[in-house]
Amino acid sequence: MSADTQTSLSPELETRRAAMALLANAPEETLKAAWDALDTPPAHTVIRQPETGLVMVRGRAGGTGAPFNLCEATVTRCVVALDTGETGFGQSLGRSKAKALYSAIFDALLQTKDWSEYVETHVLQPLNTATQAAEHQTREEVAATKVDFFTMVRGD
Amino acid sequence: MTTAPLGLTKAPAPGLANPVHDAQCIFKAAMNALARPGTLQTLHVTNLTAPHPLPRTMAALALALLDYDTPVYLDTPLAKSRDVVDYLRFHTGAPVVDMQADAAFALISTPEKMPPLSGFNVGTDEYPDRSTTLIMAAETLTNEAGPLLSGPGIKTTTQLNAAPLAPGFWHQMSANQTLYPLGVDVLFASVDQIAGLPRSTTISLKEA
Repeated sequence: MSADTQTSLSPELETRRAAMALLANAPEETLKAAWDALDTPPAHTVIRQPETGLVMVRGRAGGTGAPFNLCEATVTRCVVALDTGETGFGQSLGRSKAKALYSAIFDALLQTKDWSEYVETHVLQPLNTATQAAEHQTREEVAATKVDFFTMVRGD
Repeated sequence: MTTAPLGLTKAPAPGLANPVHDAQCIFKAAMNALARPGTLQTLHVTNLTAPHPLPRTMAALALALLDYDTPVYLDTPLAKSRDVVDYLRFHTGAPVVDMQADAAFALISTPEKMPPLSGFNVGTDEYPDRSTTLIMAAETLTNEAGPLLSGPGIKTTTQLNAAPLAPGFWHQMSANQTLYPLGVDVLFASVDQIAGLPRSTTISLKEA
């Protein structure tokens, strides 16, 4: 997980990056429910079994300073291949192996013609809506407790 | 809208089904093979699919032993196979090197055409452990004929016969023993068994 996100990607890769970010942030229950809702689950092989490890999180002071090592974070990753050949990658914070597996499968399905629309409308869009609602709520709660500090001019 | 695949055009073959447990079993077999030179250790890896021309037992040993810290040398048939190189790189992260002397591990799929043992890294006097461990394919691996082995880990003597081998292999291995504590170690891998031949084992070429 590099701090450099300056590289320009093709629109398809940008879409995929956004989708993977949504999947990584999604709650495990939502992904499990979406998977269980599939009538005919697509056949797949797990190439890299879900495994938990550490990644170094790097930061830049003020967003522009020299990068420094901020902390290590627990990450679980997984790779699957569909029987039709597409390879999907799943990575998420935390130790949930099931979540990494579901993320990887949905990432692979997004690359197929047959499934991409279904996943887009039934998995990604609801996730997107939920994420935005949660963010909106947080912003509102924060805004409600906003305090303005000002200093009276003393003396004179 | 479908999203684009990354650089990976074809998925590599799956790795170990149960990475922690399987790798520990394989490691234990390799450890026992080197601790008791010449004994045949059975590997239970029938569910592993390895890309051609990498034999399954060799693939299992590679998955258990290699990581990003261990440069690996591949013999010509393996190095030429894109599938094998991708498979090893994806699952182990080990850098593939061209120079035998740089390798911590060497995978030899055709021992009859292998380069001389003297080309591999024998370690240094300060760090004899920084030597190459060769993992060699064997079609047959028996204790029935072959040179007499003796030394640490062998109660009296034992015999080990692997085929096919390069014509001068046993002589080279015998010369390797004289370098002790330097030298290379060898693991033979047949279809379902492995056997070890560490640098400490004395090889007597007169067959019993």
